Amino acid sequence: MGQIFPRNANLLARLSIFGGLLLVVELILITGVFFRSNYFRQINVAVEQPVAFSHQLHNGVLGVDCRYCHTSVGQSYFANIPATETCMTCHSQIAQYSPNLEVVRESYATGAPIEWIKVHNVPDFVYFNHSIHVNKGVGCTTCHGQINNMPVVWQTQGYFMAWCLDCHRQPEQFLRPREEVYNADYVQPANQLEIGRQLVAEYGIMPAAQLTNCYVCHR
Amino acid sequence: MTSQSPTLTTEAVREQLRNARGPQLWRSIDQLADTTAFRELVEREFPRGASELDDGVSRRSFLKLMGASLALAGVTGCTYMPRAKLAPFVEQPQGGRVPGIPLFYASALTLNGFASGILVRSNEGRPTKVEGNPLHPASRGGTDIFAQAEVLTMYDPDRSTQVLNNGAASTWDAFTTTLGNSLTAQSVTQGAGIRLLTTTVTSPTLAAQIEQFLQAYPQANWYQYEPINRDNVVAGARLAFGEDVSTRYDFSAAQVVLSLDADFLAPGPGFGAYARDFSDNRRVDAASTAMNRLYVVEATPSSTGITAEHRLALKAGQVEGFARALAAALGVADVPAGAAVPANAQAFLQGVAADLQANQGNTIVIAGAQQPPAVHAIAHAINAALGNVGNTVIYTAPVEARPALQTSELAALTNEIAAGSVELLVMIDGNPAYNAPGDLRFAERLAQVPLSVHLSLFVDETASRATWHIPLAHALESWSDARAFDGTASIVQPLIEPLYQGKTSHELLAAMLGDANADPLALVQNTWQAQANGSFDIFWQTALATGVIADSAAPTLTPALQTGAIPAAPPETSGLELVFRPDASLWDGQYANNGWLMELPRPLSQLVWDNAALISPRTAIRLLNLPISVDQLIAPAGGDADKAATATRERALELLTQANGTVVQLSYRGGSVELPIWLMPGHAEDSITVMLGYGRSNAGRIGDGIGVNVYPVRTSDALWFGSDLTLAATGRTYQLVSTQNHWTLEGRDIYRVGTFDRFSADPKSISRDIYNEKYGRDSPGYESLMPRVDYTGRNKWGMTINLNACIGCNACVVACQSENNIPIVGKDQVAVGREMHWIRIDRYFAGSDLDNPDTYVMPLTCMQCENAPCEVVCPVAATVHDYEGINNMVYNRCVGTKYCSNNCPYKVRRFNFFQYSDLNTITLQLARNPEVTVRNRGVMEKCTFCIQRISDARIEAKKTAVAAGQTDYTIADGTIVTACEGACPTAAIVFGDLNDPASRVAKWRGEGHNYGLLGELNTFPRTTYLARVRNPNPDLELEG
Repeated sequence: MGQIFPRNANLLARLSIFGGLLLVVELILITGVFFRSNYFRQINVAVEQPVAFSHQLHNGVLGVDCRYCHTSVGQSYFANIPATETCMTCHSQIAQYSPNLEVVRESYATGAPIEWIKVHNVPDFVYFNHSIHVNKGVGCTTCHGQINNMPVVWQTQGYFMAWCLDCHRQPEQFLRPREEVYNADYVQPANQLEIGRQLVAEYGIMPAAQLTNCYVCHR
Repeated sequence: MTSQSPTLTTEAVREQLRNARGPQLWRSIDQLADTTAFRELVEREFPRGASELDDGVSRRSFLKLMGASLALAGVTGCTYMPRAKLAPFVEQPQGGRVPGIPLFYASALTLNGFASGILVRSNEGRPTKVEGNPLHPASRGGTDIFAQAEVLTMYDPDRSTQVLNNGAASTWDAFTTTLGNSLTAQSVTQGAGIRLLTTTVTSPTLAAQIEQFLQAYPQANWYQYEPINRDNVVAGARLAFGEDVSTRYDFSAAQVVLSLDADFLAPGPGFGAYARDFSDNRRVDAASTAMNRLYVVEATPSSTGITAEHRLALKAGQVEGFARALAAALGVADVPAGAAVPANAQAFLQGVAADLQANQGNTIVIAGAQQPPAVHAIAHAINAALGNVGNTVIYTAPVEARPALQTSELAALTNEIAAGSVELLVMIDGNPAYNAPGDLRFAERLAQVPLSVHLSLFVDETASRATWHIPLAHALESWSDARAFDGTASIVQPLIEPLYQGKTSHELLAAMLGDANADPLALVQNTWQAQANGSFDIFWQTALATGVIADSAAPTLTPALQTGAIPAAPPETSGLELVFRPDASLWDGQYANNGWLMELPRPLSQLVWDNAALISPRTAIRLLNLPISVDQLIAPAGGDADKAATATRERALELLTQANGTVVQLSYRGGSVELPIWLMPGHAEDSITVMLGYGRSNAGRIGDGIGVNVYPVRTSDALWFGSDLTLAATGRTYQLVSTQNHWTLEGRDIYRVGTFDRFSADPKSISRDIYNEKYGRDSPGYESLMPRVDYTGRNKWGMTINLNACIGCNACVVACQSENNIPIVGKDQVAVGREMHWIRIDRYFAGSDLDNPDTYVMPLTCMQCENAPCEVVCPVAATVHDYEGINNMVYNRCVGTKYCSNNCPYKVRRFNFFQYSDLNTITLQLARNPEVTVRNRGVMEKCTFCIQRISDARIEAKKTAVAAGQTDYTIADGTIVTACEGACPTAAIVFGDLNDPASRVAKWRGEGHNYGLLGELNTFPRTTYLARVRNPNPDLELEG
């Protein structure tokens, strides 16, 4: 009885064994890369909101301070989304008939809240506190990007723990004077390290040995 | 783990262990007997089977499911993370509310009708945690377990959600229409057919409404009933003074206290104040020259009993005889003699009498609510004779809206129903169909009422028998008011809109008065409008902000003792006695559906998820005809040296332990009930205690069918105890689950105790025993291989627990559960040692006396060792030290090896064997603390020193410092209060910075009797203990 498979089929068999193994490894790698990808984490993807609110216009062009709307950022872990009332303080006078503001006016009239889409998110086991960061000289744009140039907000950073640790290990590379925290146009000076070290001392920033403790962010 | 070689017999192992160092402290009779089951518990980290999957899913099907879910995970992975939504306010609330920062509101909760002040934390409008109100006289900053657990009751998914008419859904409008029609019909007879049944009322608003109603319907009647009532207290005062008088005690001035079956260190009216004042008087330090002394006469071992210097176990029925004999010994006139005091109580009696005489004016004789009125009258007479009145014993005008003999009132009501004269019965709260004494047959009678209305939180036994059920608004959802034990009134304010359209009692009363849509806030304000001096607005805001209404305490009275008031002694009873006691966790059964309370190890018995018949070992041997002679249980005179006798004793004890769980039939006054027995060393002979509150049929998913209902055998003429009990074995056994042998620290010297005399001479002598014994010097002084970290200049957090103040009330355990989102696991899981409590109360017996052993309690939580044994064995660095020396547990790194728990000498680590946290029930999600991670299956967890509170305080301090231009921040002592510390009614726990010499914790730690648990292991625990100091009467030195 003759051979069913030619001799060179052995090579195919060997190749498929190694290929199969390789495929498994590749799949694992691809999965890992996928979950860390900008696509999965929706980095640099603008998120459409129920109201066509432009940070570019309000903050960038008009110069409205971050804290005019996000009032609790300096006091609470949570930087609040403004109440409809806050929008209406201006928009009962300015652009009061704009079709873009229909949703806002309706919310104010009916009392139903506007349901904004959350753009920046950290996992549930991360207890990020806005107030301590902005009080200690971490600027808004350090984490949120050039928000003053965003007509529609998107996330500019992946918010991986390694990214957080970059600053928690070496805060001097990122700190700015407290009075510049809310300045979206702030540009790091050439002597950032020198200034940063001064600020670390002046603001009493915890040593890296403490800033990198698990319980600082996780509980 | 030690393993036994085949040639080594159990006897030989026992002998080895004895030679090692016999246990001075024992957790249970099992330990004393050193049974193989107990040894296994000690030697295995978790009981057998604890680490196996036995939840009905086989390994094979588990793997199949895992495969499927992995595949599905791949599919769902092809999309991006879902986006959450944010719904801000439309109008920002005023008053300094900052989104994300919790607010605290002052309110009050009632138990038995009496208020205790609380502060409730509100996270984004959700009440999530109850704290004590330091300004409230009945709280003094502490709480009891019930107040802590109210949050869970409020969010209970089994709560009633709608109005029911004969079981069918209906509406409030339909109800008020029916009610209105009935009332109109009744107005012809001036309400002769109307009966109102409430629980104890202290609310001024409700009392005023009821009065108004009774004026409108003069023939109607108002009754009050609670199964755990104060009838005897009321009747005793009437007997002694001929009028209604409330009694309260000032333990801060009392040097000698005698409790006649009064468990005043357990939840009840005045608990917070009594526990705090009493323990303040025995919190000794190097400067202390005196310490109070407590004598307790009781049948059932209680928190009060174990705190006592001298405890006398007497049948509940013999306490009256003791009281009469004491009165005679003290020369109190006008007290007829009673039954002779048992011989073994004579010395105790003489000792107490002499001590009371010697400390006249600074003593308290307090009678328990379950003792008959005569005992209360005798206590009043003794207090008067000793000159205590006005100093330690204070009489005030009645605090209740109407003091009542509640059991007779319920009996009167059932008689009237039987006679057909009740046409409309309105029941406000309470659950009489379940908790009425069996002989009244209230549940049957209720069916005869043509129109019955029941307002309650749950569709319970009474609600399901009433024609109308109205959901009650929880106290955290209601406007109301209530008085504390001393009469101080508080406003009850809502934290949240009623979740299920519940109605308050005030709204129901208003509906009965013709206003179907009353505003409860307006009703409460209306009551207080007249009492406000000056601006009502200021009065109201002050009352809400402080949680108390100033100067509203009941006025003190000086009632005159009636002569010849105390009746002659009743005929002596003999034979077996049955004692009914409120359950330490479920109270009268109203908390049966609260999982936190259900799974809380009951003080002393440490039982969970069940009630049992508590019985003394000696009585059990006799009644069950165990083949043991009582003499065999007594430790041999020769001590461990007498090997034969010791071995006999251990065999006898082993046989004895097998009696636990034996189901017996208790036949009592024509009724009978079957209960498993539980051996309770220290229980009075010939007496059996059963706990009320179990065997509910309509409690909800937690409480249904748990334990045995003993209300049916309770009789209205002897509410608390009575003789004529017979016991018969049924031949069956039942698995009772007690945590008494869980998390044992082996026979090491854990609990340190000494006398006040010894303490005064040398405070250190109590704490250093172990070192002297083991090493012949004051400390172990080991060399460490681990480098010591220098924490100078950092916050060195530490905790000290004062064993002298701890009464084992469990408030810390529930507070921790509430603060740290700790799940419950169920009876089966507790049985295999999987309970999740981060802080536990260990109970130890001491000495060789099984009849009345010294009993000690010790709260134990993560010691935050500086040299932590758990850290070095973790393969993934999931438990590591932080900069301030706290042992961090990192859930996301944990892979579940459980090595850390294995290596922990204190046994304080808890593992999520299953998905214990309920992630699906929405109301339970609302109850959680948003500052703490909800743990999933497969991770280890443990006490974090309430790291969320430390973080908050640190962040606030740093913000303040940086705003002021300072580089250093300071956290003032007392800024951080851990959940257990905050809840403790006796302030037995302090937390603070050990590097701050002015902090309370540093001061406590500087005391001579401070000791580190298992300090000889070189763990350098951050939590230390102050040794227990006892102040025994030198004339009564019964045992060590």
